[in-house]
Amino acid sequence: MSDHGHLASPAPDASRLDRRRGSSSIFDASRPGRRGVLLPPLDVPGADPEALFGALHRTEVAGEVEASEVDAIRHFTRLSQKNMSIDANLYPLGSCTMKHNPRINEEIARLAGFAEVHPYTPGHLSQGALELIARLEAALIALTGFARITFQPSAGANGELAGCLMIRAAHVKAGAPRKYVLVPDSAHGTNPASAHFAGYEVKELPSTPRGTLDPADLEKKMTDEVAAVMITVPNTLGVFEENILEVTRIVHAKGGYVYLDGANFNAFVGKIRPADMGVDVMHMNLHKTFSTPHGGGGPGAGPVGVGAALVPFLPVPTVEPEGTGFRLDFDHPDSIGRMRTFYGNFGVLVRALTYILSYGQEIGEVAENAVLNANYLRKKLAPFYHLKYDAPSYHEVVFDDKLQAARGVHNIDVAKRLMDYGFHPPTMSFPLIVPGALMIEPTESEPIEELDAFADAMIAIAREAEESPELVTSAPHVTPVGRIDEALLAREASKAGSFAPVLRAPVRRS
Amino acid sequence: MRYIPNSPAEQADLLREVGVASVDDLFATVPREVFRKSPPPLAPPMSEVELRRDLGALAAKNAAATCYASFLGAGLYPHHSPAFVSQLLLRGEFLTSYTPYQPEVSQGTLTAIWEFQSHVALLTGLDVANASMYEGASALVEAFLMAERLTKKRTRVVVSKTVHPEYLATLRTYLAYLGLEIVEVPAGSDGVTNPAALAAAVDDETIAVAVQSPNVFGLVEDWSVAAEAAHAKGALAIGVVNEMFSLALLKPPGEAGIDIACGEAASFGLPASFGGPLVGFLACRDGFKRQIPGRLAGRLETPDGPVFALTLSTREQHIRREKATSNICTNQGLFALAATMTLTALGKHGLRETALLCLSKSEYLKAGIGKLGTGKFAVAFPGATFNEFALRCGPPVEEVLSALEKAQILGGVPFTRLAPGSGEHEDLLLVATTERNRREDLDRYLDVLKGF
Repeated sequence: MSDHGHLASPAPDASRLDRRRGSSSIFDASRPGRRGVLLPPLDVPGADPEALFGALHRTEVAGEVEASEVDAIRHFTRLSQKNMSIDANLYPLGSCTMKHNPRINEEIARLAGFAEVHPYTPGHLSQGALELIARLEAALIALTGFARITFQPSAGANGELAGCLMIRAAHVKAGAPRKYVLVPDSAHGTNPASAHFAGYEVKELPSTPRGTLDPADLEKKMTDEVAAVMITVPNTLGVFEENILEVTRIVHAKGGYVYLDGANFNAFVGKIRPADMGVDVMHMNLHKTFSTPHGGGGPGAGPVGVGAALVPFLPVPTVEPEGTGFRLDFDHPDSIGRMRTFYGNFGVLVRALTYILSYGQEIGEVAENAVLNANYLRKKLAPFYHLKYDAPSYHEVVFDDKLQAARGVHNIDVAKRLMDYGFHPPTMSFPLIVPGALMIEPTESEPIEELDAFADAMIAIAREAEESPELVTSAPHVTPVGRIDEALLAREASKAGSFAPVLRAPVRRS
Repeated sequence: MRYIPNSPAEQADLLREVGVASVDDLFATVPREVFRKSPPPLAPPMSEVELRRDLGALAAKNAAATCYASFLGAGLYPHHSPAFVSQLLLRGEFLTSYTPYQPEVSQGTLTAIWEFQSHVALLTGLDVANASMYEGASALVEAFLMAERLTKKRTRVVVSKTVHPEYLATLRTYLAYLGLEIVEVPAGSDGVTNPAALAAAVDDETIAVAVQSPNVFGLVEDWSVAAEAAHAKGALAIGVVNEMFSLALLKPPGEAGIDIACGEAASFGLPASFGGPLVGFLACRDGFKRQIPGRLAGRLETPDGPVFALTLSTREQHIRREKATSNICTNQGLFALAATMTLTALGKHGLRETALLCLSKSEYLKAGIGKLGTGKFAVAFPGATFNEFALRCGPPVEEVLSALEKAQILGGVPFTRLAPGSGEHEDLLLVATTERNRREDLDRYLDVLKGF
């Protein structure tokens, strides 16, 4: 990767060639007879699997890797060098909140007393784990104003599903499940999918020219057939629903619930308690607001907070105080049930609590600086990129490629070119109401000089789009691999046998 | 604050650049009545010194499995993980990267996902595996939902009651409002799915039939029972595995007619971590790959060597929403990577040797129980097991566990913990062994039982 702000040569350099070495999979590098572990000696009589299992016995896992520890470490280290990461790069992915991941969180989660505790450890030997969950619940209640929090959901979208299921269970208990869930056209794509899996039909709410909900339109659509409205605050345009109190009042007046997608909690954590806005249920993405690492795509954790009306429907188990300690409680007859095995992504909860304690009462500074940094980028980039919705931005700002598209340069090209400047691309796949979106969320983690470097890169690309668009449309030029033909890959992947793990012929090495 | 780089003076500079007088002006569109006037009721910020002390004290209240000889399993089997794995996982390029939607700057993550998929495909004997699922139980749900899409318009799922009760409970939650009926087929008195009962439960409305092996009692099931019952009525067969090392010694589901395999792959070196994060998996026959949920990394050969990218995405959030086949948008990235690293180090030989260690220790313990001669304990079912078995206890299970705990042994999982309130199998204790158990632990276990 080039240094920020320097236009790199399109020609491959030596470091690029070096990075490509060993770039194929470990299966290609497997060599018969190599071993990566020494196991403890067999200290009991060896069992005979053939005698025990008969026809069900398997003699080998054909095709499995044979590699030494050196092979493994070198392979995975080289793989790591082909990734961008927050540790090295500003990662302005809108709605993903790619903030700094403090390492004390990792250290605490790796303490044997947390990492080595089996979920079926007897209660009196796992009090610390239960207390940790109880303390995180108390902290999140302080930040949200909800009555209870469940930690069952494995990720944000799983939390959405849990929330929708609780809403459904509450309506069923009250007499009728209702039929529809209303979702704004600016919503994350998971919202309608989650509502669908709770058995609801989804109706869309169009955004106003300011990018917000129209209370008059909602008033018309909010009937007693509507179970809930799923909103995002600030929404995916980075715009705050200024009529939020009116919105929640309208929904409640018709007996509906307000679901808040907490993906953008980073914009107001410590500044607003969602329950105060009339929100009944909200998931939080601990890997966003509370800094647990994204880890190349997971694991996340999606705890869900609920107001008093939905408490009886929380997933089981809950953690309850008992004497001087805590216990798991399964006795919730109206519960929607389990979302998964055990008690949620506990290791992620440890990291989140560590983070919250690190900030304590000053956690509002997160939101303040996240919003400030986004507005600074907006100010710097507004002369060069089109802003479809110009309402005040919070933690993210959504430009589009309207100005560049005139020269045949699209958001995907800007994104790929940003890689050459050493930055991860912004989000482009939504909001759906902004075609060609460039959704930028810098987070509070970025220092002023990184923001400036990123803005300079974006401005340079805007200029390139004018002066030498082909440089942009053919990007990236200095990444470990050039632009990948994903359509070709999809065609290849569709063919029979395309995922066969072992190659028929060794890959050519340069 | 130490995680916010800009100093107060720099923040003031930014405010000036943006053109507002104070940071609260940036929140001007928030209704004043909900905008917090004072900080949230949390403690003052903690330093690392304080965090280590405070949270270290909490950790110390738990019984780390490393301080006990642990025989806890029941769906989660903590095995050894090579030392390098946890260290490489801390590399920022793995830890702090995002989902690899941009393949040009994510080849590391994508290659590792492809390798994870390949390991799972080889182990299960199937053609295609996805990038991982949340964990085993939701993987089973997704397997059924996938089967529903593949069989079209059928309304019933059949599942053996020898599947882990928490998997069944999860299935009930997810299917509650989708108009699908769950038929649970009771186990035979031998603790194994009864072939006739299973076949009888399958009809033309059946979407798929799921069995687990080794099952919740640790017993080895014959996958072909489910495959035959399902295929006779045009349904699909689902095989659930939550102890992946068993696949080193047992015929894989894909070779016995199973169409979709799913379950939990945490056995490959993941820390127990009080039950999460884990790493679910899902694999299927090639012809079904378009309906596989979650993420899928594909491999493209180029003149410069192979490149990898997510592909066949019929499910992610950027797909037209009403067509989304699943609302999942994460895989277990870092933990699938951990499993992949562990599998690489174990390799073909380490896999089998580990499995043989697990099996041999379990057989040793079972044989010892058979020879106790007190009449108070018995291996509950006669069938073949891998590394876990159900111990039938004469004395109350809690008393047995208590006595074992005094000997520094976590003796197993009472069946009642898997399905609280069900009242089933109150005299059963599930006892699991891994390569981490030593002969002296097994002998001490038997000595304690002898004392009853």
